[in-house]
Amino acid sequence: MPAVQETIDQVRSIDVDQYKYGFETEVEMEKAPKGLSEDVIRFISAKKGEPEWMLQWRLDAYKRWLTMREPNWARVSYDKVDYNDIYYYAAPKKNPAPKSLDEVDPEILKTYEKLGIPLREQEILAGVEPQNRVAVDAVFDSVSVATTFKEELKKAGVIFMPISEAIREYPDLVKQYLGSVVPVTDNFFATLNSAVFTDGSFVYIPPGVRCPMELSTYFRINEKNTGQFERTLIIADKGSYVSYLEGCTAPKRDENQLHAAVVELIALDDAEIKYSTVQNWYPGDSEGRGGIYNFVTKRGDCRGKNSVITWTQVETGSAITWKYPSCILRGDNSRGEFYSIAVSNGKQQVDSGTKMIHLGKNTTSRIISKGIAAGKSDNTYRGLVSAHRKATGARNFTNCDSLLIGNECGAHTVPYIESKNATAVFEHEATTSKISEDQMFYCQQRGLSEEEATALIVNGFVKDVLQQLPMEFAVEAQKLISISLEGSVG
Amino acid sequence: MLEIKNLVVQIEDKRILNGLNLTVNNGEVAAIMGPNGSGKSTLSYVIAGKEDYEVLDGEILLDGQNVLEMEPDARAAAGIFLAFQYPLEIPGVASMTFLKAALNAQRKARGEDELTTPDFIKRVNAAATQLEIPKDMLKRALNVGFSGGEKKRMEILQMALLQPTFCILDETDSGLDIDALRIVSEGVNALRSPDRSFLVITHYQRLLNHIVPDTVHVMSAGRIVKSGGKELALELEANGYADYRESEAA
Amino acid sequence: MADVTLMKTPAETALAQAYESAKTTLPGNVESRAEAFELFTRNGLPHRRVEEFKYTDLRALLREAAPFAGMPSADDAKAALQAAKALKGTQALEVPFVNGHFVRDAVDFHNLPEGIEIVPLAEALANGHDWLAKLSPVEWARQNPVYQLNTTFMADGVMLRVVGKVETPVHLRFVTSANSAVATATRILVLVEDEAAVTLIESHESPNGANHQPNDVLEMIAGDRSNVRHIRLNAEGDKALALSTLNAKVGAEAEFFSFNLVTGAATSRHQVFAILDGENTKARINGATMIKGGQHADSTLVVEHAAPHCESRELFKTVIDGESTGVFQGKIIVPHHAQKTDGRMMSAAILLSEGGAMNNKPELEIFADDVQCAHGATCGQLDEDLLFYLMARGIPRKEAESLMVQAFLGEAIEFVEDQDLHDALVAVVEDWLRARA
Repeated sequence: MPAVQETIDQVRSIDVDQYKYGFETEVEMEKAPKGLSEDVIRFISAKKGEPEWMLQWRLDAYKRWLTMREPNWARVSYDKVDYNDIYYYAAPKKNPAPKSLDEVDPEILKTYEKLGIPLREQEILAGVEPQNRVAVDAVFDSVSVATTFKEELKKAGVIFMPISEAIREYPDLVKQYLGSVVPVTDNFFATLNSAVFTDGSFVYIPPGVRCPMELSTYFRINEKNTGQFERTLIIADKGSYVSYLEGCTAPKRDENQLHAAVVELIALDDAEIKYSTVQNWYPGDSEGRGGIYNFVTKRGDCRGKNSVITWTQVETGSAITWKYPSCILRGDNSRGEFYSIAVSNGKQQVDSGTKMIHLGKNTTSRIISKGIAAGKSDNTYRGLVSAHRKATGARNFTNCDSLLIGNECGAHTVPYIESKNATAVFEHEATTSKISEDQMFYCQQRGLSEEEATALIVNGFVKDVLQQLPMEFAVEAQKLISISLEGSVG
Repeated sequence: MLEIKNLVVQIEDKRILNGLNLTVNNGEVAAIMGPNGSGKSTLSYVIAGKEDYEVLDGEILLDGQNVLEMEPDARAAAGIFLAFQYPLEIPGVASMTFLKAALNAQRKARGEDELTTPDFIKRVNAAATQLEIPKDMLKRALNVGFSGGEKKRMEILQMALLQPTFCILDETDSGLDIDALRIVSEGVNALRSPDRSFLVITHYQRLLNHIVPDTVHVMSAGRIVKSGGKELALELEANGYADYRESEAA
Repeated sequence: MADVTLMKTPAETALAQAYESAKTTLPGNVESRAEAFELFTRNGLPHRRVEEFKYTDLRALLREAAPFAGMPSADDAKAALQAAKALKGTQALEVPFVNGHFVRDAVDFHNLPEGIEIVPLAEALANGHDWLAKLSPVEWARQNPVYQLNTTFMADGVMLRVVGKVETPVHLRFVTSANSAVATATRILVLVEDEAAVTLIESHESPNGANHQPNDVLEMIAGDRSNVRHIRLNAEGDKALALSTLNAKVGAEAEFFSFNLVTGAATSRHQVFAILDGENTKARINGATMIKGGQHADSTLVVEHAAPHCESRELFKTVIDGESTGVFQGKIIVPHHAQKTDGRMMSAAILLSEGGAMNNKPELEIFADDVQCAHGATCGQLDEDLLFYLMARGIPRKEAESLMVQAFLGEAIEFVEDQDLHDALVAVVEDWLRARA
C-alpha cells in the first residue's frame, strides 16, 4: 500500500508542463481575415488555385454547416469555440508553395529539425537502411511545406502529395473519392472541415503495388488563434498495401486551438491500409489552461472484398479529444482493426473509440483499447459494433481495459453492440482496475523502484497495442507515454 | 453392418477423404490406424453427421440404409454412437438431465416408451459403478470441470446406457493414464456382442492391447491403404507410419 | 436536442388531457404530481435521440395513450383473481391488484404474517402518511420520464413495512382483466427495516389482444444488514406495452437480490435504479428474457456503488426468436470515495432466428482507483458444436436447442434460492420452449 500511496501523491503533484514541443517559430505569416464567411472560403480556394467544382463543394458544405449544431453527446466539457474568432488560413508569407526544399523558409526547416523530423532527403538517407525510409509530408498550419521522396515514390506509381496539389493534378481521382467515406454532411466538425480544409495528404497506391516505404505526415500548428483543418485521403487500389503514419505537435499557449481534421481511407479488393497516429498536440497546463481541441473524423471504407484497414493510435496530447477512427466493412471477408492507447493526465478529457460497421459477409473486426487516466483527467472509451441484416458470419472481439492512477480521475466505458444477424458473433469484455499491489510488490521485491515498477506494468498494460506500431514509432510512443505520465511513471 | 463406399469428403475446399472404402461386419471390432492428418477424425465426424463436412461422393450404409441424408440425431437413433476425442462441456445441463434426455429421445424415435425415473436411475447407477464414476459427478454439469479421464469415462457411460449398435471410438486413449485406460477398455469390452460393431480409431497400438481388434486398417491421405488382422497393428508399432507417408507422397 | 420544441404527438396530447381531467380526483398531494408532470412535459415521450431511450423509442412505440382503468367491481376483481395463472401455487401472502387497483378485500389485515404491515397507498396519499416522505429514494429515477409518468398518474398501490425475518413470501399479484386497452399506474413502497429479511414476488399478467399500458413502480429502502429477495415475472398479454421501474436503496452489510423474468408484452422496458448506500453490501441483479414474434424487450440498469467495499453482480440473459428485439443497457457507477468496489456485469444474448436483433450497451463509469470492475457482452447463435454433440446422442435439434436455452437461462435463474419459486420460473421457461417446438 505505501508504494501505491506514494505514487498517487506524486500524481497529485504532477505538472503537465513538461511538454517538449511547446516552442514557437517566428515566421511571417499570411492569413485570411479572421472569422468564417463565404468570402473566407473563396479566399482559401483561390489561394489553393482550386477549380470551380471544389469551391462549390466547399460552399455547399458551409451552407449546410450553418444549419448544424455542435454535438454534445461526448463526455467532454469545454468552453464553446467562437468560430468567428479563428483564422482559417495561415501560411508562411515567404513562398507558400515551395518547389523544392531550397525555397522553404530556413526557420521552418529548423522547426522540423527541432521536432526530430529531417526533411532533406540526404539527411534522412544518411545511415538509414532503404527499407526503413519514411517519406514525409510536412504540414505547417494551413499548408504543406515539403514532401519528401516524391520522385522515388512516383517510380513505383505511388502518388503522395499535398491534397491541394492533388486537386489540381488528379482532379478525377479526388472527385471520385473525396467525401465518399465521410460525406460532407456527416457531422458538425466534418462539415466545417469540408468547407475550410486547407491542406493534408493525398495518397494513391495503384493496383498490386506494395508501397516501397512508410508514408507519413507531420502536422504542426504554429500560428496563434489558428485552426488547423487538414484533410487526408488515402486510396489503396486492388491488391495494394500501404502503411501511413501521422504525428502532431503544437506550441504551448494559454488559448485553446481547434484542430478539426477529416481522414478518409478507401481499400479496394484485397488491399490493405495501416494507419497509425501518434497524437501529441499540446495538452494544456496542469490547470487546464490552453491546449488543442482535437475534434477529428477518421473513417475507413473496406470497399473491396478481402480488404483490411487497421487503425492504431497513441493519444497522449490535446486538451479535448473527440475521435472515433472507424471501419465500414462493406466488402465480403473484409477486416477492420482498431488498436488504441489513450493516456490522459492533468485536466485532459478524452472521448475516443471506434465504430465497426459490419455490412458484408464474413467480415471480422477486432478492437483493443487501453485507457490510462491520471491526474484530474477523464478518459472515455466509446465504441460501436454493429452487424446489419446481411452481415452473415460477422465476428467481433472487443477488449477495452482502463487503468486509473490516482483518485481524482475518471475512466468510463460506453460500448454499443448491435446485432441484426443471428450468425454474427460478438464478444466484448472490459475491465477497470488499478495497478495491483501484488504486482508492485513483486517487482519491488526483485529490486525495481516504484517508478520503474509502475512504468514496467503500464508498458505491459499497453503492449498489445504498441506491437501494432512500426518499430521506430513504437519506441517513440513508449517514451511519449512515460513522459505523459511523468510523476506517476519513472 | 456398416459399409462405406467411395467416400469423398472436403472441408472448406480442402479434400480430406479420397474415395474411402470400408466394411465392418456385425460383431466385428475394426481398428483404424494412421498418421496424424490422414483423415481419421474426419471419418468419424462424417459417419456421425457433423455439418461442416461436404460429402462430394460415396455412400455410408448402415444395415443397407444410406445415412448421409439423415440428421445426427436420427443417425444416433439408428444406432450410431461416436465417443468424441474431445467431449464437449455443457454448462448448466446436469449430466443426469442430459443422459435422460438422450435416452428418451432415442427410445421415442424408435417407438419405445420413455423410461420411468427409477428405472432410468437404476440403469445409470449400474453403468456408473462399472466405470467407477462417482455419483456426485452425475449431478454436475455435463463434462464441466471433468478431467480428461473423467470425460472419456462419461463417454463410455453414455455408450453403455444408449446401447448403440455401431460404436466409433475416436482416439479414446488420448489423455488417459494406465488405470483410466484399463477402466475404459473394460467398459468397452463388456459391451462387445455379436450384434454390436466397433470402429476404434487410434494413433497408437497401446489401446489395442486392451481392446483387441478383429481387423486393422491403415489409413493414409484419406484412403484405406492396407488391411489385415491384429498383427498389423504390432507391425505398425514396430515400423511406424513411414512407409505409408511415402505412399502419400507418391 | 432538448431545446428544440417538437410537435406534441397524439399520445402526449392525450396524456396531458388525462392529467387535466384526473388531477382533482387522483389521491393525495397535487404538487408532486404537477411537478412530475411538468418535468415530463418539458421533454415529452422519450425518443431515440434521448440517449437512455436510444433503443426503445417510446414516442414511436406509444402511439395512442390508453385511458386509465377505473376501479373494478368486487365481483369482477374476484373473477379476475380466480382466473389468474402467474406463479399460481407458490406459498405466499397474496397482495392482489386488478386493473391497477388494490383489492383490499382479498387481504386479511388482521392475520398478516408477523413482521408485515400493509397500508393501502390511495388511502395513505389521501390522508397523508409518515412513510410517504420516503418515496423517490433514487435521484436517477426522478429524471426518468417513465418514472415521471408513474408519479403523475399513480392511483393505487400499497406501502409495505417489513420488520424482522419474515418467512412467508409476499406476492404482489397484478392482473389486468379489462378486454379493451387500459392504462394503469401503480406504486409500491417497501420499507425493509434493519436486520429484516423478506422475499417479494411480483407477477404481472393481462389478456392477449388488448393494448394495455401498465406503468408500475416498486420503490424499496432496505436497511442495514437486511436481506431482500425480489422476484418478478412479466407475463403480460401479447399486445401490452409494459413499463416498470425498480428503485432500490440498500443499506450497509445487506444482501439484495432482484430477478426479472420476461416473456410477455409486445413492448416492455424494465428499469432498475439501485444504490448501494452502505459498506460491505452485496447485490445481485439478474434478468432473463425470452421473446419471439415482433416483441421488444428492454432491460435498463443503473447500479451506483455509493459506499466503499460493496460487491455487485449483474447477469442478464436474453433469448431472441422470430423477429424480436432485445435491449440491454447497464451501467455501473463508482464515485471517488467508493474504494474497493467489486462490480461485474454480464449480458449474453442468443439469437435463435434470422430476423432477430440484440442491442447491448454495458457501461462503466468509474472515478475511484482502487476498484475491480468489469463488464462483458456477447451475442450470437447457439454453439453448433454443442448442438452436434447433443444430436449425436440422439436428441432432436429443437429439443437440443431447448436444453441449451434452458441451461443458458438457468445461469440467471439459479440464484432464486426458494426451490418452489425456482421451479415455477423454470416451468415458465419450459412452457415458452414447448410453445416454440
